[in-house]
Amino acid sequence: MSNIFLIMQREFNERARKKSFILTTLLMPVLMIALMVVPALIMVYATGDEKEIVVIDDSHVITPHLKDTSSLKFIPSDLKVDEARSLTTDKFGILHIGSEIMTDQSDIRLYANSSSSMKLENEIRDQIQDYIESEKLKGYNIDNLETILKEVESPVTMQVFRNDKSQEEDTQAQSTAVASVIGYILGFLLYMFILIYGSMVMQAVIEEKSSRVMEVLVSSVRPFDLMMGKILGVASVALTQLLIWAVLILGVGSVLIPMMMPDDIMQGVEAVHQGGSAELVAMNANLDTDMLQAVTTATDTAYLAKIFGFLTLFLLGGYLLYSAMFAAVGSAVESVQDSAQLQTPITLPIILALIISMVVTNDPNSSVAFWFSIIPFTSPIVMMARIPYEIPMWEVILSLVLLYLTFIAMVWFASKIYRVGVLMYGKKPGIKEFLKWINYKY
Amino acid sequence: MDLLSIEHVSKQYTNHKALDDVSLTIPKGSIYGLLGPNGAGKTTLIRTLTRITAPDSGRILFNGHDLSPEDIFHIGYLPEERGLYKKMKVGEQALFFARLKGISRHDALMRLKEWFERFGIEEWWNKKVDELSKGMAQKVQFITTVLHEPELLIFDEPFSGFDPINAKVLQDEILRLHKKGATIIFSTHNMASVEELCDHITLINKSHNILSGQTEEIRRRHGANIFEVQFRGDAERLTEDLTRFGEILPTDEESLGELHTLKFHVERNEYLRTVIARTNDLVELRSFREIIPSMNDIFIRAVNGKL
Repeated sequence: MSNIFLIMQREFNERARKKSFILTTLLMPVLMIALMVVPALIMVYATGDEKEIVVIDDSHVITPHLKDTSSLKFIPSDLKVDEARSLTTDKFGILHIGSEIMTDQSDIRLYANSSSSMKLENEIRDQIQDYIESEKLKGYNIDNLETILKEVESPVTMQVFRNDKSQEEDTQAQSTAVASVIGYILGFLLYMFILIYGSMVMQAVIEEKSSRVMEVLVSSVRPFDLMMGKILGVASVALTQLLIWAVLILGVGSVLIPMMMPDDIMQGVEAVHQGGSAELVAMNANLDTDMLQAVTTATDTAYLAKIFGFLTLFLLGGYLLYSAMFAAVGSAVESVQDSAQLQTPITLPIILALIISMVVTNDPNSSVAFWFSIIPFTSPIVMMARIPYEIPMWEVILSLVLLYLTFIAMVWFASKIYRVGVLMYGKKPGIKEFLKWINYKY
Repeated sequence: MDLLSIEHVSKQYTNHKALDDVSLTIPKGSIYGLLGPNGAGKTTLIRTLTRITAPDSGRILFNGHDLSPEDIFHIGYLPEERGLYKKMKVGEQALFFARLKGISRHDALMRLKEWFERFGIEEWWNKKVDELSKGMAQKVQFITTVLHEPELLIFDEPFSGFDPINAKVLQDEILRLHKKGATIIFSTHNMASVEELCDHITLINKSHNILSGQTEEIRRRHGANIFEVQFRGDAERLTEDLTRFGEILPTDEESLGELHTLKFHVERNEYLRTVIARTNDLVELRSFREIIPSMNDIFIRAVNGKL
């Protein structure tokens, strides 16, 4: 036991004290946030370049009602269409409105000097359509049209409740949109952890074997202790990284966001935390519902802590299961290049799980989602993608129990292969031979 | 008192039998040579002693009891294939291996300091193994092997990779440890290197123990009646004639002009006078002397089944 601990300690020190570990641990969250924020910023600021459109209006009724926007500038012109097409090539394009536009709405042409975008076309079309529709309505000579229109306007908001939860307080379900984003991120995070840390174990085993440290080690340590020490050592590195991230994210959620967000949003969030409905609060305070829900989730420390709790359990279980297999593969080969063939059966289910987890975020209660989150080899990733939807607890527990039981069985198999493999030099085993080692007389 | 007693040990691998009913005893305080050609089964035998693998049948007694997992703390093993973590600092690494052998951190640091001073390598403590030469790394590995002051030290080809000066340093250290009470096992296919050191030997060939005992006794028993003749004349004729009385042995001596050298083993003592007489008749005899055989001669004869 003390040997397992010594090996764990060495493994941890060798990895966690490296500069690269500290850097990636601190930079990863920054990078992930940047990955989400930068496209949004680009959307906001990149639209700044105004597109000038020369308008040739043969009907003479539309032009006064075209409004410039942040991205569009309309320039009325008296030129003939053909002249304009050859003269105004420095502008974005020419909009030609036919004289019978009020009766024939297909009589509009846009001559673009470069490729136009869906957004731009919609913008122009909507402006013209709105004007024509309101003109036609006016034609019916209805009194108080403005008032009537205002009264008719009725945006629908729907509150979603979970009927299978406690009946006393109608707990409001997490926003589906927010849950799907979180589920997606969690599934991907698990995929990365299992693959990166799993192959880290494999590389460590290969290194010990190819540098012949193995022979020295096995003369003082049982191969099983050696393997477990290695697996648990790398696990402690992974958990350290996760813990740092958890503290960072909880810190950002409980301190930084309340400080930085505008007051009206924070008041809305407060109202939702008190048990209000996000949709109603958002409507009353004139806020964007999705935004409010996202901020609410990000500042809900209890919810985040719960997610991190499950994340730790599934990450550890998934990592342990796969790292045992990676260790067995590492023991059988002498270089990383040789490991490709034996690695394939391990990486396939991981990739499959990632693909399924993407599907799952759309429909977390489908039978595909259920089964793949119960079957141990895909369960950590798929279940993690489902958890933000607050699925039944018994499913989570069943999945965890199966996962850890499979891990124990896998360690037993892996250690049998491992102790044969680590001292076997000079031949590259195929999968068939590899599996034969399980029954090897030792 | 025997430190180790190996009784009828066999070990079968998938395609070949590595050890076939091997028995031998290693007395306490001896320097024991485990000799044999490459692939004879030496390493497998050592692996069973260090509990890296278990024998299929037979038993191994250590200090009179069945070899148990705790006994590895009393064994130091320097494998033929040396290996250290390349990216790890020398000092930390030595400490790691020491602690795996059950030494407390405090004791390990003290003993390491002493050894590093003895070898004059204190300034290596914070260097990475990567930065050391092969010989330097081997010194570090030697220290990690003997640091826990085990009763039994097993060295697999200990001198390979060392220059003569450092090989001598290492040999002196091994003898010093022996003096302090350690029992030493050398495993090698290089007879000359351990000939003067070992008081007991075992020859292993093709998975069998073919010769075991005290070095002097083996020499006396198997090395008698080897003679070297120097002569002028027809070498072929003499060779042909002498094969009737014994066996011609390979010799390192080259013929110098007319002068030939022949080494042979006389089958029986009674033949000796006849042999001398016939040699004298056939060629111009310059010298005729008995040879104290090297372990190498005995080894080759044993391997070829001539003993």
